[in-house]
Amino acid sequence: MARRNGRIASIVTAAVVIVALAIPFFASGYRLYQGSQVLILAIALLGLNLLTGFNGQISLGHGAFFAIGGYGTAILMAKLGVPYWAAIPIASVVCFIAGFLFGFPALRFGGLYLALATFALAVAMPQMLSYKGFDAYTGGPMGLLLTKPHAPFGLPLSGDQWLYLFCLAFAAALYWAAVNLVRGRVGRGLIAIRDHPIAAETMGVNAALYKTTCFGVSALYAGVAGGLSAIVVGFVSPESFGLPLSLAFLVGIVVGGLASLGGMLFGAVFIEFVPNVADQLTVNFGESAKALPGAVYGVLLILVMALMPAGVAGAARALASLAARFFAPARRRTM
Amino acid sequence: MLTRRSFLQSSAAAAAFAASAGSAHADATPGITATEIKIGQTMPYSGPASAYGVIGRTEAAYFKMINEQGGINGRKLNLISLDDGYSPPKTVEQVRRLVEQEQVAFLFQTLGTPPNTAIRPYCNEHKVPQLFVATGAAKWNDPKHFPWTIGYNPSYETEARIYAKQILATKPDAKIAILYANDDFGKDYIVGFKEGLGASHEGMIVKEATYENSEPTVDSQVVTLQGSGADLFFIVATPKFAAQAIRKSFDLGWNATRYITNVSVSIATVLKPAGLDKSKGLITGGYVLDVTDPRYKDNPDVKGWKAFTDKYMSAKEYIDVNACYAFGAAATMVQVLKQCGNDLSRENVMKQAANLKAFAAPLLIPGIAINTSPDDFDPIRQLQLLTFNGTSWEPFGEILQG
Repeated sequence: MARRNGRIASIVTAAVVIVALAIPFFASGYRLYQGSQVLILAIALLGLNLLTGFNGQISLGHGAFFAIGGYGTAILMAKLGVPYWAAIPIASVVCFIAGFLFGFPALRFGGLYLALATFALAVAMPQMLSYKGFDAYTGGPMGLLLTKPHAPFGLPLSGDQWLYLFCLAFAAALYWAAVNLVRGRVGRGLIAIRDHPIAAETMGVNAALYKTTCFGVSALYAGVAGGLSAIVVGFVSPESFGLPLSLAFLVGIVVGGLASLGGMLFGAVFIEFVPNVADQLTVNFGESAKALPGAVYGVLLILVMALMPAGVAGAARALASLAARFFAPARRRTM
Repeated sequence: MLTRRSFLQSSAAAAAFAASAGSAHADATPGITATEIKIGQTMPYSGPASAYGVIGRTEAAYFKMINEQGGINGRKLNLISLDDGYSPPKTVEQVRRLVEQEQVAFLFQTLGTPPNTAIRPYCNEHKVPQLFVATGAAKWNDPKHFPWTIGYNPSYETEARIYAKQILATKPDAKIAILYANDDFGKDYIVGFKEGLGASHEGMIVKEATYENSEPTVDSQVVTLQGSGADLFFIVATPKFAAQAIRKSFDLGWNATRYITNVSVSIATVLKPAGLDKSKGLITGGYVLDVTDPRYKDNPDVKGWKAFTDKYMSAKEYIDVNACYAFGAAATMVQVLKQCGNDLSRENVMKQAANLKAFAAPLLIPGIAINTSPDDFDPIRQLQLLTFNGTSWEPFGEILQG
């Protein structure tokens, strides 16, 4: 059973990779921009899922680490002349340190209190970004404009296609890293801390170290995503990183499926496209219903959670086991 | 020799060619057919700036009215207005959708300084007219570097310069205290104000205080500013905070001449909450007339506006200064399209937008007109100084140019 599931999983992964690689050759610039956004959101969701889904620490403030990554990359590029491909790793290291440091006081909190603390971080971030004292670096409320990179080595790719592939490379690498992390000893430790912290400590898992490191790694992922976002959009401003972003991340990991890494792609697709879908659905209500999309988004979210409480990944698992039971009853009996 | 590198490069080239060939035939005057002109717009219909959403709705209603009257040169106006929630990444996405997917002819009155800053490089690179951006930042008047972007609102810098010059002329010994928002809106005013005063008179400013848009009240800043002993108080604040500052400065018994910015002139939404008697003596510069002022009851523009809101909108929009502003902007757009005649290429649309001569858009204060030229992308440079007498804004002095 496990081997069949593993085979299905690798087929699905291969299919996703092929589709993802084929997209730049068929899609317009606008769709590629959206595709890049989906990849960026997927990276951020991977990070948040590691922290919340696998390690049980709720964060409502990952938009803040996303912002640190975005602004870090923008400042390195615009003010210090660092090339874009070097700016992202540097900014992500800064995010790791920030996340790691935030993880220390987070050890004292649990559950709702941690949620509140991270919520405060998300609310404070736009104000911190527009703080007068940092104006020389952050550009204050005016933000920073970045020049879009062109494809290197004279490759005949448009800027949009190159950026999409650039994001895809990061997404693939970070996904692979996350899968390996979760499957290994560290991953088991993280899950043990989530499920039975006292038992885990008794078994010799250093809960404090694992939890703070998990926070750091999770912030690193969000930072990479933020940096990529700064480059793809070409502009950062305090308005780009408000509270709705952090809340969207939470929606994304739940819709995708907590503790499912593959589901994060679906979570990203949801938070990128469903607001547009909500917009389209309300177009027919005329000019006075311009605030309706928010309500429609809420209704769609409720529907998704009602139909798929374990997220898309949970629904996929349920479907797979249903299909397996349906298609191979004979084999079961001989087991 | 077919190496992997050359194979990759040639297949990438073939694919890129295929992708670009697909979009080539979309270049011929996108958005324009014999019967339709497609116009794109992004507006904050949700989020913190959603109060400005009325601007998009008013403009859509205006174009609907024009369509019912037969359109322009036989073409109907189709305004596609998308929500960007005042978030620049969303604005970029929506603009790309408008230009690449919906194939609009041009953009009109996209709102907000950060959103417009984010899309300006894209519009200029793809030569899509970014017309009459709904923001007062000074940077939109830059035809040399950004020939496809043109502003509309009198820039905040222009307005502040006008105040500074008027203060120098009437109160050269004033001691000035300034309260301003710590964002692009506030910063523009400070720059223009100091420029207008000139380096030699910068000493007139004895105290500055800032506030964040997330703060609940600015009362403590007003107290600090009063403590400086200033006799002139310049309130650079958006409606909610302006109302607080006006009320607090009166309650403190601070006898300073108070100037407020044009974004906070609405009697209904700023002065009434502050207290009409507490708002007496306020000075500002205006360009949109106040339809509730009995002085204008016979003004043909006001009558037309009343008929328009009765038919297409509601009484709430009639007194909303943002809606009045949008009415004039929409009329300006229609004027540009009329001037284009049958040549609705993007180049000609841009050319006519930069060719408005003394156009008196409806609901502008009589005497103020729109002027643009290839070197001047600042359509409204004039303001009428107004002072509040307890019931309405009374013009005083001449119309000043900044």
